[in-house]
Amino acid sequence: MTFQDALLLARPEVFLAASTLVLLVWGAFRGDKAMGEVSIGASLALFVAAGFAAISPEGTAFAGGFIADGASSFGKVAIYLISPMAIYLGDRWLGRVSNARFEFPILILLAALGMGMMVSAGDLISLYIGVELQSLALYVLAAFRRDDAKASEAGLKYFVLGALSSGLLLYGSSLIYGFAGSTHFDLIAKSIEGGATGTGVLFGLVFLICGLAFKVSAAPFHMWTPDVYEGAPTPVVGFIAAAPKLAAMLLLARVLSQGFGTALEQWRQIIVVAAFLSVAVGAFGGLAQSNIKRLLAYSSIANIGYALIGLSAGSAEGMEAVLVFMVLYMIDVTGFFACLGALSRDGKPMEQLSDFSGLARVRPGMALALTALSFSVMGLPPFSGFWAKMFVFKAAIASGQWALAAVLLLGSVVAAFYYLRLIKTMWFDVGPGQTDKEPLDAKGVALASALFCFPVVLPALAVLEPLAKTAALAFGLN
Amino acid sequence: MTGILSLITFAPMIGVAAILALRAMSAGQDTAVVANRAKILALVTSLVTLALSVFLVSKFDAKDTGFQFVESVTWFSGATYRMGIDGISILFVLLTAFLLPICILASWESVTDRVLEYLAAFLLLETLVIGVFCALDLVLFYLFFEGGLVPMFLIIGIWGGKNRVYAAYKFFLYTLLGSVLMLAAILAMASIAKTTSIPDLMVFKFDPKVQILLWLAFFASFAVKMPMWPVHTWLPDAHVEAPTAGSVILAGILLKMGGYGFLRFLLPMFPQASVYFTPLVFAMSVIAIIYTSLVAFRQVDIKKLIAYSSVAHMGFVTMGIFSGNAQGVQGAIFQMLSHGVIAGALFLCVGVVYDRMHTREIAFYGGLANRMPWYAAVFLLFTMGNVGLPGTSGFVGEILTMTGTYHVSTWTALAATAGVILSAVYALSLYRRVMFGELVNPKLSAIQDLTVREVVIFAPLIASTLILGVRPGLIFNLTAASVDHLVGAYKAAVGG
Repeated sequence: MTFQDALLLARPEVFLAASTLVLLVWGAFRGDKAMGEVSIGASLALFVAAGFAAISPEGTAFAGGFIADGASSFGKVAIYLISPMAIYLGDRWLGRVSNARFEFPILILLAALGMGMMVSAGDLISLYIGVELQSLALYVLAAFRRDDAKASEAGLKYFVLGALSSGLLLYGSSLIYGFAGSTHFDLIAKSIEGGATGTGVLFGLVFLICGLAFKVSAAPFHMWTPDVYEGAPTPVVGFIAAAPKLAAMLLLARVLSQGFGTALEQWRQIIVVAAFLSVAVGAFGGLAQSNIKRLLAYSSIANIGYALIGLSAGSAEGMEAVLVFMVLYMIDVTGFFACLGALSRDGKPMEQLSDFSGLARVRPGMALALTALSFSVMGLPPFSGFWAKMFVFKAAIASGQWALAAVLLLGSVVAAFYYLRLIKTMWFDVGPGQTDKEPLDAKGVALASALFCFPVVLPALAVLEPLAKTAALAFGLN
Repeated sequence: MTGILSLITFAPMIGVAAILALRAMSAGQDTAVVANRAKILALVTSLVTLALSVFLVSKFDAKDTGFQFVESVTWFSGATYRMGIDGISILFVLLTAFLLPICILASWESVTDRVLEYLAAFLLLETLVIGVFCALDLVLFYLFFEGGLVPMFLIIGIWGGKNRVYAAYKFFLYTLLGSVLMLAAILAMASIAKTTSIPDLMVFKFDPKVQILLWLAFFASFAVKMPMWPVHTWLPDAHVEAPTAGSVILAGILLKMGGYGFLRFLLPMFPQASVYFTPLVFAMSVIAIIYTSLVAFRQVDIKKLIAYSSVAHMGFVTMGIFSGNAQGVQGAIFQMLSHGVIAGALFLCVGVVYDRMHTREIAFYGGLANRMPWYAAVFLLFTMGNVGLPGTSGFVGEILTMTGTYHVSTWTALAATAGVILSAVYALSLYRRVMFGELVNPKLSAIQDLTVREVVIFAPLIASTLILGVRPGLIFNLTAASVDHLVGAYKAAVGG
């Protein structure tokens, strides 16, 4: 493969990187006046990259470090399409509460680029590069409101714990490299063929999974999630909760299936435990929360647990389920955080559960959207969250893990309580009265995603499911 | 005729859309006027749905044992949109369509807060319930079955009584807990049988060991919905707190989804497991009949008393279904329909005095017959129906389920007869305490008898109670072929 061919395979990322640099220089020259132009430019760049990813040829480039296949295209299209949403909402939100700065879209672009690298990673080095690029951009984004103590705290916590997880990741990678003799996923797979998985490689694998579990915020590596969700700017949380989770999940799926496919029985135990703990922590931890952003943090921990169940199936069906799950979940949380970004009272964002009392009377549209999204995340049919859960549980049951599935389904009943409490607060309680008029941008996104979770999802599934099925074939499982 | 089932199922949604449009268009106008328009809109929608269902019944071929009016569209791998009805489900569709206009009429004056949302919730519920009875695909069935929780949760929670939040939570979480186990079972069946089509699964032979687990999972869901002792405790709370029309829907239709599930899933799909667990079901049914009747007798709240009596009556239904013979199953279906009408009517009767006095305490009332002769007559009729007096529809179902059970287990049938006596004890004592005697409470001295609207509500219920009581054949003609087919297949599968 020539260098040109390699560049062609990496076209979306190359294009994104180039546009990021151009926009950065543009912004640096023009200052914060360039805010609007940079935002539009960044969004356009992402859309073009998504287009490139959709028509991308398949193959490996850069000595196997970069993989372009069905799964990576699927992930990139999803990531590059959801990221402009974060730019759109974030710009306006920051403009309202403090000063919008042109670095914001640039950082989103960098994070998206990192995610693109993550889903295309073919060896441990590009894996690490992708993860770090994404994480570093997100740390800054979390602390983007530097005048706000809570945001700075969130950024710092995110950074310290994230750095720890990167350390674990690196340590695991080095162990794997040392014992398997290569950083390439397929060569690692070859070295452990026939079930001769050495202790060293397994040790490395455990560290690797721990590091990635941090990134998807699966228990017991979830500690950062509630604090970061609470402190970081709302649209940034909406972004952190959506696209990076999808990217990290895809990466985890790729490492485990392509690098350690033959060690399925070994890693499945870890994933099952993580899934179980995540659902338990998410379900019980959320019960005591009164801050809605913290509540959503626990909800996301629980939902990652469900996605991991699909992963633990270790089958093509399971991978397909994970893809569908993550995409549907991503749309749900984007809508959720758009709602939170839209609602404020007397200029102060509504973040306590009690702020939502009686919302259905003053803002029926927003209350309806939040209700639909809550039911969806809860996993109630016919909302999109139900289909997401159905796919992962179906895969888990088909792979023989019906007891785990039944237990975790019961966990979803516990979690149902706190979503119900939110709905109850909005509809049954008497509230403090008027809220500020919602900005059109956030309201539009909120209503659109609510409409997606019902009824648009019903026809959309007929499109999404076959796409995910084809994409999942790339993992080479059956 | 293809498509008529979808039309009936989604016709109420057209009403919902119209109400939403009305809301959007009439911003800023007088709410009372808008509410009135919405009520008319909802009533017309529900009447159209009823007309369509009656038309459906007229086109139904009662001799065909299979599913009719089948619609099937592939959706995505793992789910098919498949609808169809047989002699069992058609009656429940009719019952739903029949009760909905009554519910809307019953709320005409009693609901004044957020009327548009209220009506929309009811129409949505109608769609979901009819969908449950028409769905021929497990995933689709689950979708409708679970979706029903959403409007009911809101109905109890928004328009309910004092303790409504507690009741709404309890209703939702209890039902969800049962249902997620059913979801696990549905997915397991899909992975074993490689299909989610209900007609295919009805002839699929599951391994008896697997059947036991699947049976338990389905049973958990339907037993909660039914509800059977000991998982019935959500029902009295939900009934007491729900608005009148909510109680009517709950008792009249939602509970029937449990019995329908037993008939549609447990008997045909897991026959061996059903036989294995029959003693358990019989025991639970008998305990339900006797225990909840005794509990009903001790209640001080009229609605709670009727709620407990519902649990007792559902005990007859489960008993009849698991007798596994045509008499028992026919009786169970009949009992469900009759209970839907009678319990619904009784809750409406409570609503009549509640609207006037805003209390349901039995001790508050007494001597109402002096001031409200018409009301007393109507209440008497439905009390007698509840007791199972011959000539009312309540009698037919009870006698048939008991005869059917007698063939299988004499002791169970014998114990159930005790329940008949007990039901007379609590129902008649309720009637005596509320209706007879002197009118001592001064607050009652000005209470008015039934209004024209209330008479219109009760008239169809009275008529159906009496007609079904003397001409039960109307129902049996429709169900006979399907029930015989069901029982025949069941007996063949278990070798009896």
